[in-house]
Amino acid sequence: MTLSDYLFLFGGMGLVTYLPRALPLLYLAQKQLPQWLIDWLSLIPVAVLSALLAPSLFANVADRSFSLGKPEFIVAIPTLLFALKTRSLGGTVLVGMGLYWLAGLFI
Amino acid sequence: MNSPDNHQTNSISSVLFQGASAAWPICLGYIPIGLALGVLAQQTGLPWWSVALMSILVFAGSAQFICVAMLGAGASIPAIIFTTLVVNLRHLLMSSALAVYLPQINSRFLALFAYGITDESFAVNMTRFRDSSWDRWRALTLNHITNLVWILATVTGSLVGQLVPQGALGIDYALTGMFICLLVFQLNGRIYIITGLIAALISVGWYLLIPGDSYIVGASVCAATLGYFLQRHHRSSK
Repeated sequence: MTLSDYLFLFGGMGLVTYLPRALPLLYLAQKQLPQWLIDWLSLIPVAVLSALLAPSLFANVADRSFSLGKPEFIVAIPTLLFALKTRSLGGTVLVGMGLYWLAGLFI
Repeated sequence: MNSPDNHQTNSISSVLFQGASAAWPICLGYIPIGLALGVLAQQTGLPWWSVALMSILVFAGSAQFICVAMLGAGASIPAIIFTTLVVNLRHLLMSSALAVYLPQINSRFLALFAYGITDESFAVNMTRFRDSSWDRWRALTLNHITNLVWILATVTGSLVGQLVPQGALGIDYALTGMFICLLVFQLNGRIYIITGLIAALISVGWYLLIPGDSYIVGASVCAATLGYFLQRHHRSSK
């Protein structure tokens, strides 16, 4: 691919990535939001995080099958307890990485 | 500026420092993933400067992985752009939710801020905005520091990535660990726990049954809507 091919491809990808990020913010920030929308939007973060996380813990990527004993899930339990106890983001990332590394050595 | 700024007493250095302190766990997650993306891109035949161009113009991890995979499979440019659009539609929800904390802010700031909205910066900024010590300048700093680290990591990966062994030190788990902790930060009452459980159930089911990435947006919207009506029903029955 030439430079202009790359510019066209990445420019197009950049545009369709930027617009969904910018348009709601530019439009909604100037409006007085109704209470029901604020209530609904306040539930969006927990829903998005859970929806991003759950399939990586309970499903195999290769064939999209259900799985209850993945190392990702087993490691997630002590990692979750650590997060609940310490509420430290950096610490939780390090503990999760360390446990996952150990799990890889023993499982 | 058409809004009163309440952070004028804060020095630039404290804004930068606090933005950076909140950003480092995200950066820790981005470095291995960015390196991995760079290695993949290099193996697919993308030159290092095109990886830099992609990270600057797009700044969306999952879309960039998909792009490299599709280029490797010989996909057309319009097909890759369309897939990117679909994968990144979830940012509509995040941008809307962030708007609650950025009322009456001028459009130039918002246009600059929007560029840095990712799954990770969204989750950290939403958590921090609940604290009174957090403001839009710290949020902007966080967005752009994580962006810079992402660009550097992907380019480094495309240059020297072959030297990094696969799965070293559990780096594959960095983002999972971060999402677990960010989820914990969001559990501020029973309705949030219930909504999270509903989202987990729906997303796993959706992921198993429907190909593609629609499970993220689909499960989020369904769970938040169910949670909203549960909350309203609970309030009105009291």
